[in-house]
Amino acid sequence: MELFLQSIANGLVQGGFFALFAVGLVLIFGVMGVVNFAHGELVMVGAFTIWLLHAQYGLGYIPAIAVAIVLVTVIGLVMERLLFRPTRADPLAGLICSIGILFILQVIAALIGGDGPSKQVPPPYQGTLVMFESLRIPYQRVFSLAISVAALVSLWFFLTRTRYGWALRAVALDREAAELQGINTNRISMVAIGVGTALAGLAGGLIAPLTNINPHMGHNVIVTAFIVTIVGGVGSLSGAVLAAILYAVFHTLITVYFGATIATISGLVLMVVVLIVKPTGLMGVRVSE
Amino acid sequence: MSSKGGFTMPKLAIGAVALIALLATPHFLGFHHQDLLIFLTINVLAVCSYRLVTLTGEWSLIHAVMMGVGAYTVALSVNHFDLAIWFTLPLAGTAAGLIAALLCFPLLRMTQFYFLIGSFAAGEAIRLTWVEFVGVFGGTSGLRGVEAPVVWGIDFLDPIPYFYFTLVVVGICLLILYRIEHSRIGLTLHAIHWKAPLAESVGVNAWRYRALAFILGSFFVGIAGGLKVHYLGSVTPNQFTIGFMVFILIWVIVGGYNKFYGPVIGVVVLTIFDESIRSFEVIRPAIYGGMLILSILFLPMGLESIPAKLKSWFGSDSASDEQALSDQ
Repeated sequence: MELFLQSIANGLVQGGFFALFAVGLVLIFGVMGVVNFAHGELVMVGAFTIWLLHAQYGLGYIPAIAVAIVLVTVIGLVMERLLFRPTRADPLAGLICSIGILFILQVIAALIGGDGPSKQVPPPYQGTLVMFESLRIPYQRVFSLAISVAALVSLWFFLTRTRYGWALRAVALDREAAELQGINTNRISMVAIGVGTALAGLAGGLIAPLTNINPHMGHNVIVTAFIVTIVGGVGSLSGAVLAAILYAVFHTLITVYFGATIATISGLVLMVVVLIVKPTGLMGVRVSE
Repeated sequence: MSSKGGFTMPKLAIGAVALIALLATPHFLGFHHQDLLIFLTINVLAVCSYRLVTLTGEWSLIHAVMMGVGAYTVALSVNHFDLAIWFTLPLAGTAAGLIAALLCFPLLRMTQFYFLIGSFAAGEAIRLTWVEFVGVFGGTSGLRGVEAPVVWGIDFLDPIPYFYFTLVVVGICLLILYRIEHSRIGLTLHAIHWKAPLAESVGVNAWRYRALAFILGSFFVGIAGGLKVHYLGSVTPNQFTIGFMVFILIWVIVGGYNKFYGPVIGVVVLTIFDESIRSFEVIRPAIYGGMLILSILFLPMGLESIPAKLKSWFGSDSASDEQALSDQ
């Protein structure tokens, strides 16, 4: 029972990370129609920035996160301007370009970090929050969860309460119609990829003290993001958040009781089952043809 | 289409010269490059069979894993039943084809982005099964002891005889793939790609043809996997990750997927290019990634479109118009 409660608590914290990068992927796919294969590498760049600035050069944790967010956002904006915009007519081209970026980012990280074992960042927040005798959550995880929730709530406000947010959702629904309404779709694409990659940078910053950092950590991130996106329903942000939390708890529980590989296999099978039974996912809307 | 059918004398002569060059090549190479030549030949089969799957306009991410299915089938059948290579290779193809046939039911309900992700998920689940079930598949260290056979006194562990053997097998497979593409089936696949509703309205069962392309493509890549494991002598799950799948995708796209020979050009040119930057070690993937982006931005139809482009720059306008028409 103790293990079960503890696993659910850890799962919820994981869910926060999953939601941050999955929502970014959904935003970029929804508005630009590009499957950003390099999304996991953007999270990796965020985590590497924390390792370099915070663990190596002693910059504060919060300023290091800010730098990570800015850096990853700039990479995203450059990708949109130089790669995704010229290849918009062909969605496959955008995907291939992002694979090219993936290789380049991995190499840059390997060059900066050097060879050798995975890097670790000592948690900036020590101590443990004792909820009950049987449920203890380290402050680092509490902090991550709080920031993830705050970021997701701000995103929700941005999308539902601001003009840019409305415009962004309009472009995701129907690009042509949005253009006819006088919305500058290129600018909205920049906003979408900016927000999406900023969230990836934030996720990388939050995940850094809790994981092993290496140039290839993006692979697991993108696999998770795909599962969450499909289970939640492609193009649905609230679905992605819900799926992220459910999947994280599911994955953590199966990992605890059966091992990590079985957990990932079950996740992938779950995703295929969802695609067969309800291709629109948890919260997706069927698009009539 | 119709103008390409006939074999003219110059074409035959070029073909003969190329064949002789190909047969002579391994004798002038070092051991390392002979290895590379064999893998290159196997990868040619991998990309050409992948192209058959993509003819319907769907891009799958499971092809590398299907190659693994073939490789594991060979390893298991040699380890447990000591089958000869004449049986293991068709068996490898059949196993991959069967798995593909089973996967058709869930996967082919999806199209486009969903198919891409769904096939990726199915493939990764199969690959992780090899990792997890150590007793049968040997876990991350895989299966070993699948040495190439000695047949009629020829030791196929030696690269040169094995290269000739691979060349014959791959050659036969390519011939069959070419015939399929230019048969009624191939034309129907093209029709489904460009105008699926119209094709269905004249009575084509699109699902069945997509399934056929998927199964046949998997069959041939299964054979490629079998060829690989017979040469390497061992098979591990890490040989068939999404990383290798991405390479297949890159070879096909950089070569150009509109023509049968496009992916072959892609895999040959990029393998040579990759080998030539071997000395850069760590930054090699970044150079590769940069090349990939440049080729997508500036050569979207792939390397095979270069001659046509050159023709339209230097030749008369009518020639380029003709080229544009025949590309349709």
